[in-house]
Amino acid sequence: MINRTHVHCTVNGDEVDFLADDATSLLDALRDELGLTGAKEGCATGDCGACSILVDGAVNCACLMFAAEAEGHEITTVEGIADGDHLHPLQQVFLEEAALQCGICTPGVLVSAKALLDHNPNPTETEIRYALAGNLCRCTGYDKIIHAVQEAAVQLNGASK
Amino acid sequence: MTDTEARPTYKYVGTRPIRHDGLDKVTGKARFAADLNMTGQLRAAITRSPHAHARIVSIDTSAAEAMPGVKAVVTGADFPEIDIADPIHDEAVNNIARDEVLYNGHAVAAVAATTLAQARAAAVAVKVEYEELPAILSIDEAIADGAPLANPTTRTLFTGDTEPSNFASIGQFERGDVEAGFAAADVIVEREFTTVPVHQGYIEPHACVADCGQDGKASIWASSQGHFAVRSKTAAILGWSTDRIKVTPAEIGGGFGGKTTIYLEPIAVRLSQKAGRPVKLAMTREEVLRATGPAPASKISLKIGATNEGELTTLAGTMYYSNGSTKGFSALTGAMSVASYKFPNLELHAIGTVDNTPKSVAYRAPSAPQAAFAVETLVDEIAEQLGMDPIELRLRNAVVEGDPTAMGMPHPKIGFIETLEAIKSSDHYNSPVPEGAGRGFATGFWFNIGEQSSATVNLNEDGTATVITGSPDIGGSRASMALMAAEELGLDVHRITPIVADTESVGFTDITEGSRATFATGMAVVNACRELIEKMRERAAVIRGVDVDQVAWIGGAAVVEGPASEGSEPLTIADITAQAKMTGGPLTATASLNAAGAGPSFAAHLADVLVDEETGQVTILRYTTAQDAGTAIHPAYVEGQMQGGSAQGIGWALNEEYIFNASGEMENASFLDYRMPVASDLPMIETIIVEVPNPSHPYGVRGVGETGIVPPIPTLANAIAAATGVRMTDLPMSPPNVLKKINEK
Repeated sequence: MINRTHVHCTVNGDEVDFLADDATSLLDALRDELGLTGAKEGCATGDCGACSILVDGAVNCACLMFAAEAEGHEITTVEGIADGDHLHPLQQVFLEEAALQCGICTPGVLVSAKALLDHNPNPTETEIRYALAGNLCRCTGYDKIIHAVQEAAVQLNGASK
Repeated sequence: MTDTEARPTYKYVGTRPIRHDGLDKVTGKARFAADLNMTGQLRAAITRSPHAHARIVSIDTSAAEAMPGVKAVVTGADFPEIDIADPIHDEAVNNIARDEVLYNGHAVAAVAATTLAQARAAAVAVKVEYEELPAILSIDEAIADGAPLANPTTRTLFTGDTEPSNFASIGQFERGDVEAGFAAADVIVEREFTTVPVHQGYIEPHACVADCGQDGKASIWASSQGHFAVRSKTAAILGWSTDRIKVTPAEIGGGFGGKTTIYLEPIAVRLSQKAGRPVKLAMTREEVLRATGPAPASKISLKIGATNEGELTTLAGTMYYSNGSTKGFSALTGAMSVASYKFPNLELHAIGTVDNTPKSVAYRAPSAPQAAFAVETLVDEIAEQLGMDPIELRLRNAVVEGDPTAMGMPHPKIGFIETLEAIKSSDHYNSPVPEGAGRGFATGFWFNIGEQSSATVNLNEDGTATVITGSPDIGGSRASMALMAAEELGLDVHRITPIVADTESVGFTDITEGSRATFATGMAVVNACRELIEKMRERAAVIRGVDVDQVAWIGGAAVVEGPASEGSEPLTIADITAQAKMTGGPLTATASLNAAGAGPSFAAHLADVLVDEETGQVTILRYTTAQDAGTAIHPAYVEGQMQGGSAQGIGWALNEEYIFNASGEMENASFLDYRMPVASDLPMIETIIVEVPNPSHPYGVRGVGETGIVPPIPTLANAIAAATGVRMTDLPMSPPNVLKKINEK
């Protein structure tokens, strides 16, 4: 008999309840139980960052967490970054600066970049590169991603002044 | 920066609009294959070989079938026997083994169950009895005298041989007199180069959903570079007619050549057929690395001769490329890619081998990076020995229109000289080399291809348009299609919706490969738009009551010219579509073609590197790439292709490698141990787009996807040589390998 655990947490601002098998990862719960397929499985071993989410504001690989570990926490996925019909500046700048190609890594990159800018509004290029070092992108060579994060930081700082 | 020769002024082509599919990709809405779920869907898992080479004695699926949740199990016996001469044979066997397993990770059986955990548990419970056979794990083992056969179904291509062999293909190219050429040369350099298998490294693992109905028809949602190829290959492997299968392209999470073949779809269809339910089948990352597409290992012996004046006169050598577990022509492609310098005397032997590693598959300019490693390293050494500037030496020998490739075919109009000049005048090249660093330079070439494409353009009632093609978009091609349609129709690019349609909703289209989508499918879009313009002129003539000859198409509107023009306002597309019902019905046009005149693309790369002589670590301080795009339809995505290709080449050069143990098991089948470049490994990659238009395309497009991966390996090898005096000849140029060479100095 498989044990299923009742999990209560906040996902993208909404309180949610779901049942999860003991072995189910948070990534699978988000994708299969809650229908949030923005976080991707690129490796399931925490090496590619395509499943990056925020747990109480800190970046985590959803594939490395059990679903039950979400109990009581605030989870943010790429689907929760925009404010209603207003894109987050990172999302808008990624579009304008062509900072994505195939788009499979983009949700995780945006989540990691948001966490960086939330904690460090003026990162250097090196700080951006290290903050995103856990997010593999095979299409872009990272160049346009780094430029886009730099530009989003400028815009966010302008908006907060 | 764009280095542009005089060309027509365009309103939309060459601009950088937000891509149409972008919003879904930054909000998480884009649906990749593994994101799809269907009512009643089962999950599937594959049983894979733990041996590099073995005979399958028996397969017992009874225990697996009895496990909880299991709805269907398939093995090779569930698929028709395919003759070894049939072109689909090798892919069929690669999808699921029949008599022998040919590499560690080869699929043997598959299970569909209610949950993924149940499917995985049952896949482990499939009992396979193997009789182990000798495994061939390298080119040297494959070609050794008396070597056992890696794959008994392999026959050597291009030889007519009917006996099994470890030689996948044997070919050669010759011109001039190599012996006399070397005898007359003032400088001769000669080395042997080796490379190991590397993976395309797309972040999205292979995945599909298949739903087979009781009518014997199947729908497949696939992550693929060519959904028409998924249809034809799946049909051939199942022994079905093509009309039984509909393939819908999901968004594709990277391909780079690796998703030009299939691995999962026939298995998912058979499982769905047996279970009577939809089946989702997705690989894990470990499966991707163990069982899908490496670019081949190579071993290349090359010798180049030149005169004191810097004329490259003679090139000779032998190129071995592995094809993995089946036949193929990767060696021939490698030799064909030697096409950048005039070399009056040339002799190249191209020998493909078969071994018990995964079947190799295309990777961005397939086989060219390995060949360029050899050619561009030796050309650099000649420049060094002659005391010549490496760009000057190449300018002196660079091919121009009419010069032969290795195959002997003359080059069409190309922009190699312009590309070399562009990098020569770059800020990077004209800046001093940083203290302690070495600067490396190298070039690359790729043919690009045309092939078959279809497009339909529909004008909507309000004058907006839908552009429908059959080319999966792997790097922004929908935006390119919309830009070319916008230019033709004179319609704002965001009043055009470009989509990629399923196999039943658009005409046949070949795979997105060979940098062909913007070139060939773009031409189909342009042709359809031109037909629509003719139709709109006719409709405008009806509306205005004039002869069609009096209607011109100017700036996105029908304009009556001549005596009847007085008082006649131009008719916009919206004016014409609003009256479509009264003038002959909906406005739509379809075009299809087999595109000729693909334009080769050349690239030149420049890198400054620091080498830590205590650890062997190579740090790239600055990297610049110049590449001939023909015409950059969407320059931001052209730059993206150049930067992405460079980064993949850098990974190939410095870190990436398959590590097999003695029994042929890949020991680094994860993204932790298969080390691709991360953001902190790389500098900004500066781009110079060169535009020497391809005369065979209405906007001059050449295609830009592939060439960028060709120069990085020799660029970095030459930079390491400049920094340390050590010539690297074996990949990867990882810290231990670099350190070893430095210590041998």
